[in-house]
Amino acid sequence: MIPLHDLTPGDDATVAAIHADTALRSRLAALGIRIGQRVRLIRKGVLAGPLHVRLGTTDVILRRRQASQITVTR
Amino acid sequence: MKRIALVGMPNTGKSTLFNRVTGASARVGNWPGITVDLLATRILLGGDMVEVVDLPGIYDLHGFSEDERVVRRFIEHTSVDLVAIILNAAQIDRQLALALQLRELGLPCALLLNMADEARQLGISIDAAVMARELAMPVALLSAKHGHGCGEAMAMLTHELARAKPVAPDMLRVQLAADDRIDAAAEAVLSAAVDIPARLPAQITDRIDRVLLHPGLGLPLFFAVMLAVFQGVFWLGEPMQDALERGFDFIRAAALVPLFSGAPAWLRGFALDGVWAGVVTVAAFVPLIILFFLFMAVVEDSGYLSRAAFLTDALMAKLGLDGRSFVMMLMGFGCNVPAAMGTRIMRSRGLRLLTMLIIPVSLCSARLQVFLFLTAAIFSARAAPLVIFSLYVMSFVAALVTAVAFKGRFRNDEPFVLELPPYRFPTLRQIGLRAWHEVRHFLHRATKFIVGGVILIWLLTHLPAGAAAGGPDTFAGMLGRLFQPVLAPIGIDERLTVALIFGFVAKEVLIGAFAVIFGLEGQALATDLAGRMDWVQAYSFMLFTLIYTPCLSTIATLRAEAKSSAYATLSVAWSVLLAWLASFAFYQTARHLGY
Repeated sequence: MIPLHDLTPGDDATVAAIHADTALRSRLAALGIRIGQRVRLIRKGVLAGPLHVRLGTTDVILRRRQASQITVTR
Repeated sequence: MKRIALVGMPNTGKSTLFNRVTGASARVGNWPGITVDLLATRILLGGDMVEVVDLPGIYDLHGFSEDERVVRRFIEHTSVDLVAIILNAAQIDRQLALALQLRELGLPCALLLNMADEARQLGISIDAAVMARELAMPVALLSAKHGHGCGEAMAMLTHELARAKPVAPDMLRVQLAADDRIDAAAEAVLSAAVDIPARLPAQITDRIDRVLLHPGLGLPLFFAVMLAVFQGVFWLGEPMQDALERGFDFIRAAALVPLFSGAPAWLRGFALDGVWAGVVTVAAFVPLIILFFLFMAVVEDSGYLSRAAFLTDALMAKLGLDGRSFVMMLMGFGCNVPAAMGTRIMRSRGLRLLTMLIIPVSLCSARLQVFLFLTAAIFSARAAPLVIFSLYVMSFVAALVTAVAFKGRFRNDEPFVLELPPYRFPTLRQIGLRAWHEVRHFLHRATKFIVGGVILIWLLTHLPAGAAAGGPDTFAGMLGRLFQPVLAPIGIDERLTVALIFGFVAKEVLIGAFAVIFGLEGQALATDLAGRMDWVQAYSFMLFTLIYTPCLSTIATLRAEAKSSAYATLSVAWSVLLAWLASFAFYQTARHLGY
């Protein structure tokens, strides 16, 4: 179990837990980030920039602060 | 009259479909939430007039963004006969939940799966008949961009509308609680009707992203692309502008001068040196502005702006903003008004207000006209592009200073989570609609502000009767003297003061004002201006024009979006102060250095 932002680009993982408030949780869910969903880290932005992840056919970018609220298992 | 509401997620081509169906030119944007106003049009469907309403793109019926609230409010308060749900067929696996949410409300629904061509390319096959049975609503596959399947989809909507009974759902909130049930239901429909390949074929988007989102090259490439866009606009636009000016000269010499030869001198002056010179000077820039918007439309619809948000977010976070603020500022390069409305996608009020505070300093196309005109008159052909470029840099600097000054006051607590759409290329039809929209927009502004402004300025520079035109005894001269204590230290003389005052209304009026104040147009006006102001004065004038406030429409938009007159006042006061300080610093430094 590691936070999403600790993956290295190219890694696949499964979303294990989401530690976010209701508003963020529902936004993440609407973009496909739900518990049990497979996720791949595509790239990390430079200078602590956002992460680029892929869920199925959807690409999502999110800040590391939000990524740290999502734990995944490899 | 029956009513159809279009509901769908952002980036599903909803606006494209709306445009295709209605022939209207709603703004099409590959940026979540760009359809900001509710667009409604009446069309003839199966022999009856039907109202079609394009609702903002949403991810979720019970989300928390402004757009999601707008859609909910609309469904709660408006009787709708049929909800046309538009989903992206290529992302059906996660978008289907929205259709189920709407169905749960008991609304009569029809499902349109757009971008069927993209889905097919990705190897996703969808059995529309099975899906229709599972969902208990009709389903049609189509591609709005290319027009495939649109006829069938319209026939389906017509058929459904004939059977549908309007529903005004009151118990929306209660019913929306059933989220888990919807997830399970979506799973069942997907496994029955959709076949998604386990591994998607290597996509072109991925390959482009590897270059454009490169850690080191990404940002430099982005600015190179934007620079190429601007260069392309001028390279293509300048010959068109020259041709237009020659055409106007010909009309004046061949038709207008003979027409007014018998008229009294004041009428001849009013018509030729006032209205005609003013309007023509502004109109000569129309081809450039259309090209500019066309190029921006291609960049915007391509999905590149979302990449810009990714690339700039780290920097924007330090300013209390996020990547979307940067994109809104770029959109402001076209026009500040839609950029300010585009901030509705932001949930945090602090972030929205801070973003709307920096948008007014983005160098919009109207200000660009003023700068192109002045740089062509005052600077050499080699220096002119550099001067324009430096003004774009100053626009960013002013935004940066504004954000730093106010980030403590407008706090941003919004998480940054955003969809990255695949790259798309707009069709010729989309581009054509956009160009027509811009021409119409210009004509609208022209009739509203430019003609009126130009006439007023002519009157101010020629009255009271007996005063020398444009001289110190006219009303304009008096106004100029009144402001001299403030404007003299930044190198702006009495005659240009009245132009600046009218520039407050709309920047296009500013160049029209030059023509009227000096009673000249085209090359003669440029030569005359070059004799009146040196480059330090010209640059100081442009700096002030860049920052001191965009136009009345933008201020009105800021007031409406923030729902606060105090906020709009703050924005204007800050802009004017910042403009004066910037010009003062530049002008006095340059003079002290001996320029």
